[in-house]
Parts: sequence; structure tokens; C-alpha cells
Amino acid sequence: MKNLHLILLFLLIGIFAFATSEGTETYTAEDAPWDDGTAVLHRWNLSAKWEFLSLQKADSLGVYQEIFNEFSPSGQFKETGLNPDTKYQYRLVAYNEERSDSTSLFSETTTQQQWFAMNKLPLLILLVIVCSSVLYYILSARKGKELFIRRISGLDSIDEAIGRATEKGKPILFVPGISDLGDIQTIAALNILNQVAMKSAEYGTEILVPCRFSMVMSAARETVKDGYLKAGKPDAYKEDNIFYVTDDQFGFVAGVDGIMLRELPAANFFLGAFWAESLILAETGFTTGAIQTAGTGQPHQLPFFVVSCDYTLIGEELYAASAYLSRDPQQLGSLKGQDFGKLLTIILILAGIIAEIAGLGWFKNFFEGVF
Amino acid sequence: MKSKIPQFLAFISGVVILVAAFIPHTPFGMFEETLTNWFMIISSFAILLGQSSLIQSNLAKISQKAPDWKYHIATLVSFGAMLIFGLLWGMENTPGILGQGEKIAENLGAKPFDYLFEYAFMPLSSTMFSLLAFYIASAAYRAFIFKTFESNLLLITAVIVMLGRTSFATVLTSWIPDSLHFLRLPELTDFIMQYPNTAAQRAILISAALGVVGASLRIILGIERSYLGGDK
Repeated sequence: MKNLHLILLFLLIGIFAFATSEGTETYTAEDAPWDDGTAVLHRWNLSAKWEFLSLQKADSLGVYQEIFNEFSPSGQFKETGLNPDTKYQYRLVAYNEERSDSTSLFSETTTQQQWFAMNKLPLLILLVIVCSSVLYYILSARKGKELFIRRISGLDSIDEAIGRATEKGKPILFVPGISDLGDIQTIAALNILNQVAMKSAEYGTEILVPCRFSMVMSAARETVKDGYLKAGKPDAYKEDNIFYVTDDQFGFVAGVDGIMLRELPAANFFLGAFWAESLILAETGFTTGAIQTAGTGQPHQLPFFVVSCDYTLIGEELYAASAYLSRDPQQLGSLKGQDFGKLLTIILILAGIIAEIAGLGWFKNFFEGVF
Repeated sequence: MKSKIPQFLAFISGVVILVAAFIPHTPFGMFEETLTNWFMIISSFAILLGQSSLIQSNLAKISQKAPDWKYHIATLVSFGAMLIFGLLWGMENTPGILGQGEKIAENLGAKPFDYLFEYAFMPLSSTMFSLLAFYIASAAYRAFIFKTFESNLLLITAVIVMLGRTSFATVLTSWIPDSLHFLRLPELTDFIMQYPNTAAQRAILISAALGVVGASLRIILGIERSYLGGDK
């Protein structure tokens, strides 16, 4: 008898739980976490009987206007472009095809600006570690510590390329990418240009620098002028050799190809950001028989440069080039810091693989900013 | 002094952008956009500098009767024509000094600036882009010549990937039993692209990102100053 009562009790609890779960429909609108207070995260969980939904927001008059209507029984939608520190009211209407039945769920939230993007915490930690190591090695170099930096053949060949141009009495062509001054690759290219200009001034060889953007042209002129000053030949500097061609991508390529075919430079440098035009430039240079050195941080363009150029600076080598060429201990110190960053990345990748195999999902989640 | 002020500005801008990346709250959240807008404003002033450089360099080539100097005339005429048509009748919905130029647009089918852009500039630009197909063929030929072990490996991989992307590959390897399905060319291609290729690209990207960190720190701290014209 006692057992029968227990069974009945469990049955009743089961039926009650089933009934309540069938009817539980939730909808919440929450301020999106760790943002600038311009987004709201909508989450809903509806029963299977509904076929359509309409997510609506109350306007200033209190009239609900639809903002989203893609149906799924449970899902979420991130609304963006809102005003910070503002209260918003929402209504989620779910209905079936004939609209014979519908339900409305309400929610409200106030958008808030956050003082720290917590999802970027792992990035901050890694950045602090890498920056600290770079700074440590810079300080070590300042104190006179000897640092070993591996040889980069593409950069060692610069002297050879300029020497050959001098022997042939032909100019050097330097293309600092096709990106504007806001791109770090262009800055890296300009830093290399400084060294190339200095060497070309020492050898007495002309350097041509066609630019796609006026800002790059202005910066390149200053950079080349400085190179000539360092070489002690400021009079040899010709401002007209650093010139603007056009903002258009393929117009620029046509212009540079024309220069290569008319002037027949003995050494071509393609350093900076390149896109589809990389192969057109490099192949035209190849047909003219010039020594070609290329370098870019764009992985998709690297194969084209590797095939068509004599030397290619791959990814980080482009950024390291200026420090490598200058042999300035402080700059070399920063390269050593980057190497520590690489070691850290390798350790983290291995640790991540082990953690995933061991089922420790928190490790991956932490670095994805999911807490 | 000439280099100290830009160095100081580079330091402040770099630190502010770095800090703002982690603080979404006002005013930090809007720093990046504001600085980008400033950059755009300065760039628009620099356009005049670029145009004067274009005119000067082309005029110099014409006056010196440099090789193929006639092309430089074509450049200047094209530049002048686009500038004048744009100023007189504008482009798309923007009116020029003489208004919208409805009559000319009626005869040409578009405003003179848009007409030239659509029927002269665009075909020329597309022609340059289409050259890529021929250059890829010549570059691939050189890369795939049997020379070393690596070039052979490259050739074999390239043949698999190129074939695997065609419907012919499915016909060619459909006879392979299901138990060895991974040897079918389309699946082999997917494997090559998804794993070895992605792994290599990510390695380059990670090292490049670290290079960016190092280069940015050198610039922010003023260790790297070449782009400013050195220490003048």
C-alpha cells in the first residue's frame, strides 16, 4: 500500500512537471555584456506549437514596432545600434499560421556602458606578457647584452641588389605596398625604405618610389630624404623620384608595370601590403630580369611572391626587417621579445591540445573569452 | 623638435588606442573612430599634394621628351577631362557647377564623368586584372618544373587540388570503395586545404601578428623613427 502511494506520488509529480514544462515559455531582453551600452541580447524559448514570431520594441510613444521575425523555437538575437544608458521595452509575439492562437511575452532592460571588456581579458593578459618580454629584451640590449638574431637572406641580399643596380647603371624600384599609411605593413615598408635609400645613396644609385596614396608619398619623401642625409649625400636626393601614381588599384599596377618596362630597374623591392596585383607586379619584374625582393604580411599573396621573386620576406620578417637592417641593439631586443611570444604561443597551443583531449573545456573557453 | 612632436603624438595615439580596445565606456569607445576620422580629413588634404605630384612628374617627362613621353600626355589629358567633367556636371546624383547636365546625360545615357568611368576606366581596369590569369599560368609553370623534391611535392599537391576542384575528379575516383573514401580526389583536396594549408597560413598569421606587436611597440616607444624621417 505504501509502495502504491509512492508510485502515485511520483506519477503526479511527473505529470505536473510535464504539464509545466510544456507551458514554460520564456523571453528575456538583457543588456549585452561587456560592451559600450549599444546592444541588447534577446533570448527566447517557445513551445513547438508556434510557427511564427515577431519581436517588437516600444517606440517613444509606446507603440511596438517589429525589429526581428525569424522564427525558431529557441534562439537569440543581438540588437545593435542602441543608445547607452537608456531603458527599452520589448514584446515577443508568437503565433501559428492561422493566427487563431498567439501569446505575448514582455521584457525590458536598460543598456549600460561597461568599464572593462571582460571577454578581452585573455587578450590583455597575453598582450601584457608579450609586451613585457619585448620591453625586457629592449632594456637588456640597452645594457649591452649580446643578442643572437637569425640570418634573413632576403635582407642580406639588399646590398647585392643595390650593387648590381649600380654596376648596370640602372635605378632601384621600391613599391611600399598599396595600402595607406594607416596600415602597419606600410609603416614597416617605409622603415625598410629608409635603409634601402641610405644604401642607394652610398652607392650613388637612383631610387624610384611610386606611391598609391598621397600620405604614403609624403612619408616616403621624408624617409628617403633621411636616408640620403644619413649617407651624407643630401644633395643627391631627388624629391621627384618619390611620386604619386593613382589611388586606383589596377591603375597603380599599370603605372608601375610601365615604369618597370621603360626604366628597366635592376632591383625591385615590393614590400608592404599587396593584394591581387602582387603577381602582376612580380611577374612583370621577372620578365625584365631584375633582382626582386618582396615581403608582405598577407599570407594569400606570399606564394605569388615566392614563385616570382628571388627573395621573399614572410610575415613577421617584414616587420623585423627594419630592426635587422639597422642593427640597433634596442630594435634587435624587440625582435628577441617577439621570439618569446612565439614560444609562448607554441606552449599555449600544446597546452590547449592536451586540455581538449583531457576534456578540460575551460581552457579553450577562457581564451575564447567565454566565462 | 620637428621629430619630437610627431613622436609624442604617435605615443599618445598608440597608448590611447591600446587602452580604448579594452574599455568600451565613453569616451574611450569612440577614440578609434574619432582618430580614423581625423586620418581621413588629413588624407583629403594630402590628395592635393598627390595631384600636384602627378602633374609635376608628368609635365617633367613631357618637357624632357623622356622615352614614351606621349603616354604622359594621355595621363594628363585623362586627368584633366575627368576633373573638368566632374566639376561641370557632377557624378551620379551629385550636381556640378552647370547642374545635372540632363541633356548631355540624355544623349550619352549617363553623365560625362559616369560615362567615361563606366565605358573607359572600368574596361581598362578589368583588362589589367584579367592579365592575372596569364601571369598565374606562367608563374605556375615555373613553380611546377621538376627540379627538387620540394617542387615535385608542390606539383603533385597542386595537381590534386586543381583536379579535386573539378567535377572530373569525382568521375575519376568514384570507383574507390567507401572504406577508402578519403582517397577520392575531392576529399583529398578538402583535406589538403583544410589541414596542411590552414595550418601553414595560421602559422604565418600568428608570427605576423607578433611582428605587428613588436613593430607597434617600437613605434609607440619611439625606438623606430625612420617613417618620420629620422631624428632631424
